[in-house]
Amino acid sequence: MIRVIERDAPVIPAKMDIEDLNVYYGRFHALKDASLRVLPHKVTALIGPSGCGKSTFLRALNRMHDLMDGTHVSGTVKLDGVDIYAPDVDPVQIRHRIGMVFQRPNPFPQSIYENVVYGPKLYGERDANKLKAICEASLRQAFLWDEVKDRLDRSALVLSGGQQQRLCIARVIAVKPQVIVMDEPASALDPIATSKIEDLIGELKKEYTVVIVTHSMQQAARLSDFTSFFLLGELIEAGTTSEIFTRPKDKRTEDYITGRYG
Amino acid sequence: MLAVYASSALFVLIVAGLFAELFSGSWLAMRTFGPSFLWTSHWNPVTNHFGALPLIYGTVVSSAIGILLAGVIGIFAAAYLADFANRFLAQPLTFMIEMLAAVPSVVFGLWGLFVLAPIMRNYVDPFLQAKFGFLPIFQGTIYGTSLLTAGVILAIMIVPTVTAISRDVIKAIPNDLREASASLGATRWETMWKVVLPAARAGIFGALILALGRALGETIAVTMVIGNRPAIAVSLFAPAYSLPSVIANEFTEATADVYLSALIELGLVLFVVSMIVNGLARFLTLTVLRPAGSR
Repeated sequence: MIRVIERDAPVIPAKMDIEDLNVYYGRFHALKDASLRVLPHKVTALIGPSGCGKSTFLRALNRMHDLMDGTHVSGTVKLDGVDIYAPDVDPVQIRHRIGMVFQRPNPFPQSIYENVVYGPKLYGERDANKLKAICEASLRQAFLWDEVKDRLDRSALVLSGGQQQRLCIARVIAVKPQVIVMDEPASALDPIATSKIEDLIGELKKEYTVVIVTHSMQQAARLSDFTSFFLLGELIEAGTTSEIFTRPKDKRTEDYITGRYG
Repeated sequence: MLAVYASSALFVLIVAGLFAELFSGSWLAMRTFGPSFLWTSHWNPVTNHFGALPLIYGTVVSSAIGILLAGVIGIFAAAYLADFANRFLAQPLTFMIEMLAAVPSVVFGLWGLFVLAPIMRNYVDPFLQAKFGFLPIFQGTIYGTSLLTAGVILAIMIVPTVTAISRDVIKAIPNDLREASASLGATRWETMWKVVLPAARAGIFGALILALGRALGETIAVTMVIGNRPAIAVSLFAPAYSLPSVIANEFTEATADVYLSALIELGLVLFVVSMIVNGLARFLTLTVLRPAGSR
């Protein structure tokens, strides 16, 4: 098994350090010995064909696999040096620090306001003024405030798909995570909504560390600082985005980015 | 096409025919007692004086107790079965709940009379009286066969309906929402309380209404445990009577025309009460409980 793991200059401590991560769905070995360092305030893109394990890898980063029966995870995932899979770690706390944006926009069937303050309320914030302030700040940061400021009490479901997805990002921002992981956040959106999301991601990395799964290589090239290529459950190659797209070391990576895998 | 219209028309005809029959059958009683039939409390076949209030009261209160108990227990059970129990536990439990729904009501009645009523008389009622005796509804003599016992037997009978339908409704809530909630740091119970149940509320409400419909019309099991006394008492420990029970118990003895007519009018009242409950439920579903998406 050939694994080429590009290690960055050790002077920058990694935000997340993933080592020998394995995920099994029942007997199916979906992710094999993946290791990756995720640097702070950078966008790391995970690319590869469907079923290659990139989403599986992403979901392991905030312990979403815990929610599924029959899924088994081994290896270490360190956030600021602490293994989030250690037995004394509460997955609920982890998800507080690592927010997630899903492939399909999934706002709650509640008002726009209630969606954004859902997380802060969970963590015990009851002060209505503070909640309003959090709501406005989060919506502004998600580039959604101007579009919804007059109808915060309306249902989130009346928003367009792109607006819903930005609402979901605002909902994550409201929790003040350190890392935001995104699973193909623009795949269900039209080109205009997609470009808004991409602009947003560019802004987000100033405050957060972003890991994004995408099926679009152009998107990875436009957005990300680092790229990892997955194939058949293995992390084949990781490096800076320009390296991966211009001088891939692995033949399989080269075949993929030149379009030979379709 | 004709068959489609004909089968739809059939329902209209059945409802209209039922209503017309009840109306004409109760005409004599309506003429004799007027609208005060609804709010007078004498039910005296000897003097042929009839007032339905105690029976309406018995029906509504026993059903209310039933739906309250069954609602709380059923929704909790449904939440557990849908999202918390593992497969090996959920499947046999679901099967048992469906079995419970298939038990004939006369069996519940017998069980209620020989098992539940003594338990209520010897343990539950005295306990409630000792703890909450300051409330008028828990004061007075304890009989065993009472309004409360009828409510409990109704709860047992309708809880499978509430649980089974609520479980299906909860299961149908997209997993996306659970994942979104979990990813924001909610525990499974927080997700259930704050996201899943609110999203499922219209469907759960539907389940409650269906169950309430069954409770309102339940005859034999209630008759066997409610005590069959046409009087309104404040205490839930006192015997009471319900509309369907009176009809079932007294139809064969109703020799006087006006007596028979009064019983048919009870049927009409039950019909109208059920329609009001359903109408109210429909109204609530469309207004207060409508899914947030349609606003």
